[in-house]
Order: sequence, then C-alpha cells, then structure tokens
Amino acid sequence: MITPQDINARQKPATAATGSGTKAILATRQLTKNFGGLTAVDDVDFEVNEGEIRCLIGPNGAGKSTLLNLITGRLSPSEGDIYFDGTDLTGLEPHDRIDTGLSVKFQSPHVFENLSVKRNLQVPLQRTDRDAERVMAETLEQISLVEQADTPAGDLSHGQQQRLEIGMAITLDPTLMLLDEPVAGMSVDETADVADLINSLHDDGMAFLVVEHDMEFVREISEKVTVLNQGAVFRQGTIEEIEADEAVRRIYLGEDT
Amino acid sequence: MSETAPTEGIATRVRRALEGPNTLGNSTPFWVGFVAAVVALAAYPQVTDPYTALQTSRYFALAFLAISLSFIWGYSGVLSFGQVVFFGVSAYTFGIIGINFASTAGATAALFGAVAVGTVAAALLGYFMFYGGVRDVYVTILTLVVALVLNTFMGQTAGSEWAIGTARLGGFNGMTNIPKLTLGVGDASIVFQTVGFYYAALVALVGTYLGLRVLLNSSFGMTMVAVREDEERTAMFGYNVPFIKLVVFTIGGGLAALGGVFYATWGNYVDPSVFSIGFAALPVVWVSIGGRESLLGAIGATLLIERMRTGLSSGIGPIGSEWALVIVGGLLLGVILFMPAGIAPTLNDLKDELLERRSSRSPASSPTEDSVK
Repeated sequence: MITPQDINARQKPATAATGSGTKAILATRQLTKNFGGLTAVDDVDFEVNEGEIRCLIGPNGAGKSTLLNLITGRLSPSEGDIYFDGTDLTGLEPHDRIDTGLSVKFQSPHVFENLSVKRNLQVPLQRTDRDAERVMAETLEQISLVEQADTPAGDLSHGQQQRLEIGMAITLDPTLMLLDEPVAGMSVDETADVADLINSLHDDGMAFLVVEHDMEFVREISEKVTVLNQGAVFRQGTIEEIEADEAVRRIYLGEDT
Repeated sequence: MSETAPTEGIATRVRRALEGPNTLGNSTPFWVGFVAAVVALAAYPQVTDPYTALQTSRYFALAFLAISLSFIWGYSGVLSFGQVVFFGVSAYTFGIIGINFASTAGATAALFGAVAVGTVAAALLGYFMFYGGVRDVYVTILTLVVALVLNTFMGQTAGSEWAIGTARLGGFNGMTNIPKLTLGVGDASIVFQTVGFYYAALVALVGTYLGLRVLLNSSFGMTMVAVREDEERTAMFGYNVPFIKLVVFTIGGGLAALGGVFYATWGNYVDPSVFSIGFAALPVVWVSIGGRESLLGAIGATLLIERMRTGLSSGIGPIGSEWALVIVGGLLLGVILFMPAGIAPTLNDLKDELLERRSSRSPASSPTEDSVK
C-alpha cells in the first residue's frame, strides 16, 4: 500500500522541475483500465503538482478522457490507485471526491438548460461557504455573462455554455480544476478569454489539469505537457520540449506544426 | 444573502420564504387570488349540501397524491407510478391500528402510525431503487409493479386467517369499520366527521402546499431542481444524488400516506383497488394535466377532474358513466399535445407574455413585479 507521504518522497526531481509547486497534489500509481480486451489506460504513473497548469494531450483513443474519468470517479480502475491532496480517492464516490477539493468541467457542456445563468451558478455556490453575492458577481464578470445573468442556459450559444460550465466549476474554489476540452467549439476570441481566465486563476494558486486538442490554446496556458499514447505516458516536458520532440510530432502533432 | 432592514415586517419575511423561482405564483395578485380561493373553499360547506361537501373532502384526500407526485416528479424528475402504494399502505395501517385499539387514543395513534409506516415504506423502496442505480423509466415501472403486487396480494386476503389482531384484511371486499379521523385522548379529543372532516383535510392540504413551497424555494429545492435537470452535473458539484432522491421520494411517500389516512377515515373503508392500475394512473393524469411543476395546478386538476368524474358517474344526458374515463383520457391526450407542461404553467407563461407586451407598449410605466426582483 502506498501512502500519500510515499508519493511525495518518491517523487523524482525532474517531475517537479517546471511546476509552480514542488509537491504533487494529484498522483496516479500503476493506474490501469481495461475495457474487455482493450487497455485504455495502461499502468500510468502520473502527477500534477500544486498550483501548476498541466495539459494532457495525445491522439484520439490515447486514453485522455478515460484517465480523467478515472480521476473523477465516473469509471473505476481495473488496477492502481489515485491520490489527491493526501487522500486515496480510489474507493470514493464521485461526489465525495469533489469534496476533497476537485472540480470538473465535462467535455460536452453540461448546464441546467431550463435554469437562468444565475441559478446555474447558485447550484454549486450554495455548497460552499463563500460570500454568494460577491462570488456570483465576480464569476459572471470572469466568464463574460453579466448581461445574460437572467437568460435560461439553454438559450446560450455553445461557447457561452462552455464558459458557464467553467464558471460553475470554479465557484467551488477547487485546489485542482479538471477541464475536458474547455475550448472545444469556441471562437478565437472566446478561446483567448478562457486562456486569460485560466491564467488569472492560476496566478491565485489554482491548479489545472486540462485535456485539450487545440495546441494554440495549450501554448497559451501550459507550463507542462503530458503526452499520452495508447494508454501510456509517452512523453512529459515543457511545451517547447514536447513540440520539438520528433516522436511526438510523428504520432500526434503532424509534421506541419 | 442581502442585508435586511430590522423594521421589515413579518409578512415580507413570510413571503420571501414562500416565493422564489422554483414555484409559480410570486406576485401579490396571486396571493390575493389564493386567499380568495381558500376562503371560498372554507365557505363551501356552508352554502352547499352535506353530500357535496363530503364528496369534496374526498377530493382533498386524493389531492395529497397529486401534490406528492408533483413534488417528486415535477421537481426532481422521479416519475413514480406508485404513489398509491404509500397511500394504500397507510390506509390499511390506519385501519389495522384503529380497529385493534378502538378508542380515541387508538385512532390518534393510528393517524401517526399510518403516516410513519407509509413513509418508511417509501424510504425502503427508495433506498433500494436509488442506491441500486434504478433510474428514469425503470423507477416508473418498478413503482407500478409494487402497486400491482400489493393489489394481487391484498386481493387474496379474504380468508379469516388474514387478520391482524381483530382487523380482518378482507380480500377484495376490503377492510371495513375503520374508525373516524381523531386527534387527542379521551375527553380532550376531536373526532372529525362530515364538515369537521372537510375542514381538517382542507387545512392539512393548504398547510402541505405552503410547507412544500418553502421547501422548494430553499437551497434544498434548488438542489432538487438541479437533480432533475442533470444528475451527473449535480453529482460533480459534490451533491449526493441518490441521497437527495431518497429524501425527496420519502417526503413524497409521507404526503401520500397522509392522504391515505384521510381516504381511509373518509369512507371508514379501504379495499385493494387503491393498488389497482386504474387508481395508480390517476395521480399521473391529474399532475400531467395540472402541470408537473405546479403544486397548485396539480391540486386544482385533482379537484376538478374528480368533480367531473363524480358528475359523469351518474351519467349526463345520453352520456353514460362508462364515458368518464374516456373523457379524462381525451383530456390528458389534449393537454399532452397542446400544453406539454400542463395547464397551470401554460397559463403562467401566457400571463408573463401579456405583462411583457403591456410593459413594452408603455415603456415609461413603472417596472413590473418580475423586473423588481
């Protein structure tokens, strides 16, 4: 049995070199997920450090979403453990994992379509002891939906719904924010806004794990990139290192990047 | 949330608890109309014949089924086809306790015992369903199956061996000699009959309605609505969705059980038809027609449809009583086709639209109720 202390003790210096913190806040150990004969996540030892922005990239079917779903608890692992902020998440229900300081934005927008933008934000906000009115006003500003505050979420554009869900997720004030393709379907301007938002929250100490395809966006936000391929960690490094890596270019980025 | 003036009146505070975006009817005209309707219902037994008043008090008992279904289905998306289970279990329990302890204290104990047993039944069924991962239409099927199983089971309890103490279950002929609705012990007790029963049921119904409004406009109500809209998203904000659904289902079961007590004491009789598919379908019909997301719509639809069914049961002109259910079915189809949300929410939307049109025509006029909030 590996305890959280062991994780920090075992941590290789290279892992922490580029992160903001030096302590791993999230760590997976020998994490494996089989679907029948297919191994979607294969013996992954993966860490996110305190306060860092980590991007997870890889070709389709690399296991990015499966890894994220294992962390949130939508899927349970075939083998291995997940530690977060000193807690073994592996046996916890999804909602209990959130209480340890995680927050999630799903891949396709999940908003409460019949409720107004404000009431959408109220749902996560009422679980916290934060000053609801102040955080509400602040969040509406951050996600640029001040004018839409009373609009039903179902009437928003796709990009606005994406932003709203990011806003809902951050009202929990998590230690680590998990974002699954947060800018999918967004315009260039909207993407830049979301990058700014992530960077400013990061400046306040929030850590991010972002699954993303848009390399432009990854460049805007990322300090460190993990490349998954065929369910395993293929490369880890700074965005410059990853983009310069021949093998990564071959499997994923394409020669024109 | 907001700073409140110390001089704020009780009325304002009460209204704030009762009002919110989760319930329809948050304006002063609504409350004036509501009070007028309650006063009219309170005056009704004084101006009509005792028989009609008695019939109406039966509709009140049934309205508990409607309000309980509106609460769980309309606000957390759990369509139970088996609210009659808790209604019927409570009615039988009241009979069993009341017959065995034939005194005012016994009847009072039967009231609380019956509601408790009905509530526990809902909690048990809810626990197995929601923690067992039963969702959506499977909840509907499972609850209906439970009703039908009870219907069959209670139907074969005609033999004298089917008795609990001195209370014979009675098979298809039902349980007879159920005592009257009673509160208190000995000399300090009230027995509710005819007009007294009418007022007891009316007060309980109005109290339940107002209580549910407070609950729905609280943060718990907000959570219920979130569960209805998107369970997975709600869970991923840290909410324990199975537990929330269990609490909602149990409250719904408790309200249906309260209705069951009124039903059993109304006719001093209950039979297995309370678990039949025909009876189980009625709450779904009332709530669909009145409006899932309107507690008052559900109550109103129950009173009107049941009044109409009573009227048709003696036949109107060439239309015989056998047409009653056909007409109710036609009404249901019409509402589902033309007003999928039900009558009360549709009327509310119409009102909003009219107000908007009027305020846009005179932009200088004072702001409307909604825009002040």
